[in-house]
Amino acid sequence: MPEPQEPEGAIAGTGMGGAMDLAVSEANTLEKGPGPAGGPQGKPRSLWSDAWRDLRRNPVFIISGLVILFLVVISLWPSLIASGNPLKCDLAKAQEGSQPGHPFGFDGQGCDVYTRTVYGARTSVTVGVCATLGVAILGSVLGGLAGFFGGFWDSILSRITDVFFAIPVVLGGLVLLSVVTSNTVWPVIGFMVLLGWPQISRIARGSVITAKQNDYVHAAKALGASNSRQLLRHIAPNAVAPVIVVATIALGTYIALEATLSYLGVGLKPPTVSWGIDISAASAYIRQAPHMLLWPAGALALTVLAFIMLGDAVRDALDPKLR
Amino acid sequence: MGRYVVRRLLQMIPVFIGATLLIFLMVNVMGDPIAGLCGDRQCDPATAAQLKKEFGLDKPVWQQYLTYMGNVFTGDFGTAFNGQKVTELMSTAFPVTIRLTIVAILFEIVIGITLGVVTGLRRGKPVDTSVLMLTLVVISVPTFVTGLLLQLLLGVEWGWIKPSVSSDATFSELIVPGLVLASVSLAYVTRLTRTSIAENRRSDYVRTAVAKGLPRRRVITRHLLRNSLIPVVTFIGTDIGALMGGAIVTERIFNIHGVGYQLYQGILRQNTQTVVGFVTVLVLVFLVANLLVDLLYAVLDPRIRYA
Repeated sequence: MPEPQEPEGAIAGTGMGGAMDLAVSEANTLEKGPGPAGGPQGKPRSLWSDAWRDLRRNPVFIISGLVILFLVVISLWPSLIASGNPLKCDLAKAQEGSQPGHPFGFDGQGCDVYTRTVYGARTSVTVGVCATLGVAILGSVLGGLAGFFGGFWDSILSRITDVFFAIPVVLGGLVLLSVVTSNTVWPVIGFMVLLGWPQISRIARGSVITAKQNDYVHAAKALGASNSRQLLRHIAPNAVAPVIVVATIALGTYIALEATLSYLGVGLKPPTVSWGIDISAASAYIRQAPHMLLWPAGALALTVLAFIMLGDAVRDALDPKLR
Repeated sequence: MGRYVVRRLLQMIPVFIGATLLIFLMVNVMGDPIAGLCGDRQCDPATAAQLKKEFGLDKPVWQQYLTYMGNVFTGDFGTAFNGQKVTELMSTAFPVTIRLTIVAILFEIVIGITLGVVTGLRRGKPVDTSVLMLTLVVISVPTFVTGLLLQLLLGVEWGWIKPSVSSDATFSELIVPGLVLASVSLAYVTRLTRTSIAENRRSDYVRTAVAKGLPRRRVITRHLLRNSLIPVVTFIGTDIGALMGGAIVTERIFNIHGVGYQLYQGILRQNTQTVVGFVTVLVLVFLVANLLVDLLYAVLDPRIRYA
C-alpha cells in the first residue's frame, strides 16, 4: 500500500493549472513531480505517477504488458519468428498435423497454421487498436462536450446513446457489413466505431460532469479561463482515467468481435490473414482436424485475455478507492 | 410509482423510434430487396417495378418507415417475400429463443450468483483466485469457439447431448446451448456479485445482523445478498435484450430455429420486412426489461422510492 496522500496534491500534480500557480505559491513545489518515494512526510504525487508505481509492482500488469508488447512486435515484424509465407499453401498437405518445421500443422487449404497464426496477429491488433482509437476519440469528444455544456445537446446525445444501446452489436454488424464487398479491414473498423462510441461517450460524459464540479475548475472559471482552457487543462486530465480503463478492456472485446463477425461471414474476407477467418474456416473441419481451430483460437483468447487483464490492472491502480 | 412508470414509458418512445428508424435505414442500405427475391438471375425490369410498387418500395424511405410503423401498431408486421406473414415466423421463432434465453438467464442467476457469493465471502483464498481466473478465461474465449468446442466434446466425442437441436427445441435440448449463450455474461455476473458482496460484507448493517446473533445463513441471504444484488439485477436486466439478439451465434452453431436463425436468413436473403420486424420486437423487449429492472430496485432496496 502506498502511503496516504492529500487529494489536493494529486489535483495540483495533474492539473498543472493556470489558476493554481496564481492562487497557491506552494504549487511550484507540487509541480516538480513525484518526490523521493517513502520520504518522511511523503511528498504529494500525482494520480498518474502513483498509479505507475503501483503498476510496476503488479505481476498481472507485467505479464499482460509483456504479452501485448510481444504481439505488437510480431504484428510489426512477423518475419522475425515466422519465415514462411502465410499465403503459400500446398493442398497435398491439407489438414495434416504437426511436422518438423511446421509445429502447428496445416489448415484445410494446406497452409502452415503456425505462419498464419503469427501473421494473423497483425490484423487483429490493427482492428483492435484502430477501432479503440476511433471509439475513444469520438466517444470522449462527444461525451465530454455533452457533459461540459449540458442542456439541450446533452439530452439529445443521451437519447442517441440509448438508441445505440438498444441495438444488439452482432445484429448491427450483420446488417451493415453484409453489403460490404471490400476485403480490407476498414469497413469492420468503421462499423465498430459507429456502434461502439456510445459506450465511451456515456463514461466520458459522467466523468466530465464529476470533474467539472471540482473547486479548481470553479477557480479557473472565476479567473476567466475560457471554456476550451477549462476543458483541456483542468477537466480532461482528471476525467480521462475511466475512459482509458474502459478503452483497454474494449480493445480486447473488439478483437473478439472481429472474429465473431468473420465467423458469421460478414467480417474480414480472404486473402486477409486473420484469426477470425482461420477459426471460421476451421470450424467446418473441427471433427477431423481440431488443431486447425485450436491454435488461432488460442492465440485470440490469449490476446483478449491480455488486454482485459491490463485493463483490470490499470483500473485497480487508478481507482483511489481501492487503496 | 405510477407517475414514474408513465414518465419512463414516455422516455421510451424516442428511443424506440430512433432504434427502429436506425435499423430501417441500415436495412435499406443493405441493398435492393427485389434483387434478392429474384435469386441469382437478373430480374425482369417490368416485374421488378411491379414488385417494388406492390411492396411500396418506390416511395422515399421516410414514407416507407411511417407506413411500416403504422402497420406495426395495428399488429401487421408485413409479409416476408416468400409470402409468409412475418408474425407467423415470429410465432414459431420467439418461443424457441425465449426458452433459450430463460435457460441462459437461469444459468446466470443460479451459477453466477452462487459463485459470486462463494468467492466474495472468501476473497483472496484459492477458491476465489481460481474462479476469478476461470471467469477471465471464459470472457476471453469468443462464444462461438466455446460453443464449437462444447458441441464437439459433449455432442460428438462423448455423445452426452445431440450436437444439433431438433425443431421442437425442448428445454432439455437447450441446456448446453443456453450455457454457451450465457457463458460470457455468467462470468460477468460472478465478478459483479463478488465485488458487491465483498464491499457490503464490511458494512454496518451486516455487523449489526451478526451482533444480533442471527444465523450466518440468514445474514447472508436476507441482509448481505439482498443489498448486493442491485448491480447484478441491473446487469441481468440489460442482458436479456443482448442475449436474445446475441443468440444469432449460438443458434447458428446448434442449428436452433429461433430469432437469430430467422434474422440471419432474413439478412442473407435481404428480407427487409423480416429483419425490421424482428428487430422492432427485440428493441421493445430490451426497453421493457430495462424498465422492469428499475422497478425491481424498489423491491430490493426499500430506501429507493419512486415518486
